[in-house]
Amino acid sequence: MEHSNKYIFIYSVILVVVVAISLTVVAVQLKPAQEDNIRIEKMQNILASVNVSTADVAKKQVIDLYNKYITNSQAVNTKGEVVETDPAKVFAIDMASEIKKPLENQMLPIFTASLDDGETAYVFPLRGKGLWGPVWGYLSLKTDYNTIVGATFDHKGETPGLGAEINQEWFSSEFRGKTINDNNGNFTSIKIIKGGAKPDDPHGVDAISGGTITSHGVEKMIYDNLESYQEYFKKVKNQ
Amino acid sequence: MSDTKTKAEKEPMFSPKILKLLKSPLNIENPITVQVLGICSALAVTVQMKPAIVMALSVTIVTAFSNLIISALRNTIPARIRIIVQLVVVAALVIIVDQVLKAYMYDVSKKLSVFVGLIITNCILMGRLEAFAMGNKPWPSFVDGIGNGLGYGLILVTVGFFRELLGSGKILGFAVVPKAFYEFGYANNGLMILPPMALITIGVIIWVQRTKSPELQEK
Amino acid sequence: MENLFNLFVRSIFIDNMIFAYFLGMCSFLAVSKTVKTSVGLGIAVTFVLIVTAPVNWLVDTYLLKPGALAWLSPDFADLDLSYLSFMIFIAVIAAIVQLVEMVVEKFSPALYNALGIFLPLIAVNCAILGVALFVQERDYHTISEVTVYAAGSGIGWFLAIASLAAIREKITYSNVPKPLRGLGISFILTGLMAIAFMSFMGIKI
Repeated sequence: MEHSNKYIFIYSVILVVVVAISLTVVAVQLKPAQEDNIRIEKMQNILASVNVSTADVAKKQVIDLYNKYITNSQAVNTKGEVVETDPAKVFAIDMASEIKKPLENQMLPIFTASLDDGETAYVFPLRGKGLWGPVWGYLSLKTDYNTIVGATFDHKGETPGLGAEINQEWFSSEFRGKTINDNNGNFTSIKIIKGGAKPDDPHGVDAISGGTITSHGVEKMIYDNLESYQEYFKKVKNQ
Repeated sequence: MSDTKTKAEKEPMFSPKILKLLKSPLNIENPITVQVLGICSALAVTVQMKPAIVMALSVTIVTAFSNLIISALRNTIPARIRIIVQLVVVAALVIIVDQVLKAYMYDVSKKLSVFVGLIITNCILMGRLEAFAMGNKPWPSFVDGIGNGLGYGLILVTVGFFRELLGSGKILGFAVVPKAFYEFGYANNGLMILPPMALITIGVIIWVQRTKSPELQEK
Repeated sequence: MENLFNLFVRSIFIDNMIFAYFLGMCSFLAVSKTVKTSVGLGIAVTFVLIVTAPVNWLVDTYLLKPGALAWLSPDFADLDLSYLSFMIFIAVIAAIVQLVEMVVEKFSPALYNALGIFLPLIAVNCAILGVALFVQERDYHTISEVTVYAAGSGIGWFLAIASLAAIREKITYSNVPKPLRGLGISFILTGLMAIAFMSFMGIKI
């Protein structure tokens, strides 16, 4: 059956308009639910880095838990000056776009967590590159800005069974109790050691077998991100 | 359009013919193992059963509704832009599925990542649209879509079942291999988690199926 | 530069479109019966990939991403059109394939005779859309990265299909169990080749 050009043209215009309208309606309707998911995931990650498990908790309760444990949030810059203190704004800082900015313009969030045992921990977001795509995570330090309380990592598209293992408990739990400074107080970060770290190595954790490039990515990510905070650490320690 | 008029008398909703449309894709007309359609986007999601089931459902929904829509429109679609119209309808449905997954099944949608988008180029869709929906009434087309989606899902879930069971000793995330087995030296087969085993598993499924139904064997 | 070369090698051997992601399997299994047609299809896929991936990347970066329209006017900085990306990508691919077909037909009839029949097939080849989506997901930053990745993926696909076709040509002389003939053995072959390709996994350049 042959149709005139006019028919084809009108047909495609109507089709495109109908499709565009329905898609926009769907996207706008579902947007709040999607954004909630992303926010809650971020809260879960921050809580995981101070060893609060939210695996079996309903979504609503995650927000309650977050408000219970995370008592303060602020953002600093690489010179160590506090640049943002509104918790909502600090929470909304997206490290993915932050690390693309020049160093001196970056906003670096710090979340303060008050833990069940009365201790305080500081949570720092991390963002870097794995083998295939971005890797990110959160790492928390004790008030000495040296000892790691906990860490959590995630990735987008690392190889399942290899690099993807970084989001597993066995890998992130290795970081607990390690220190990021050497005995003289100089920043050394954490080394991820292929073939296994010595048990008494205060700065080393085991690499993922078969996930060498991802492991390197995580190591570099921790170094780069924590280095930006060094000025701030010095400032607080001297106070 | 002559066919629509001559067959105007009502067919029962579930006549034997309709039931056949639903059943045959599960076995002798299976889209993956017999028609060789739609292998592309699917196999990477079969490491575990849960993403495989969600993927299977998504594909079923998209095939069924795109078949329905295209079949309802089939007499108005200008022949020259046929393929584009089909692509637009399919892409729109896939976008909706993707958005719904992101909103309500966030963790699964993260696992499926780009593979939801790749449903668009899943050959089952275009194959069924061209071969069936363009020449049949909406209801049979809808059933045909469901049948083919399920036939595809059957393979996906079977592959997912074996890969999760042998690869991680779990089914749907629950450990099913008893601890005692591991103590006797049983180990999960790490190879099953890696992509090549999906292909080999399908090869074996084809082998089993064609042993049972020799009429499908190639010369 | 080193980074680009690394990406290139990885996308050919380790992250092979067929062996690691099963993309483009349909035409892969349908066409890989003879080496000659496979080579033709492989070249066509590589070519289309190199053209479409950067275009889709540009569209994504300057039109679709959250805030991508900020270059038009600061008012659009909050606009997020990424939900349309599937549709736009497939439309761009279909349009470019059509365009390539017309250009090739006009300027190089010989090439058209060799590749022409494959071009319409390619618009719905999952590998093409797959690369566009992977580029979006992995957040590549520069157009050279995208082009190199697309070229590598295409060449990887080409290698896979050509070598499988070669094996399939030989296997007609072998005594394969009846139920496994044709499709079954092709799947298992592809699986075994994928295992072989995994030996490249540890490579770091």
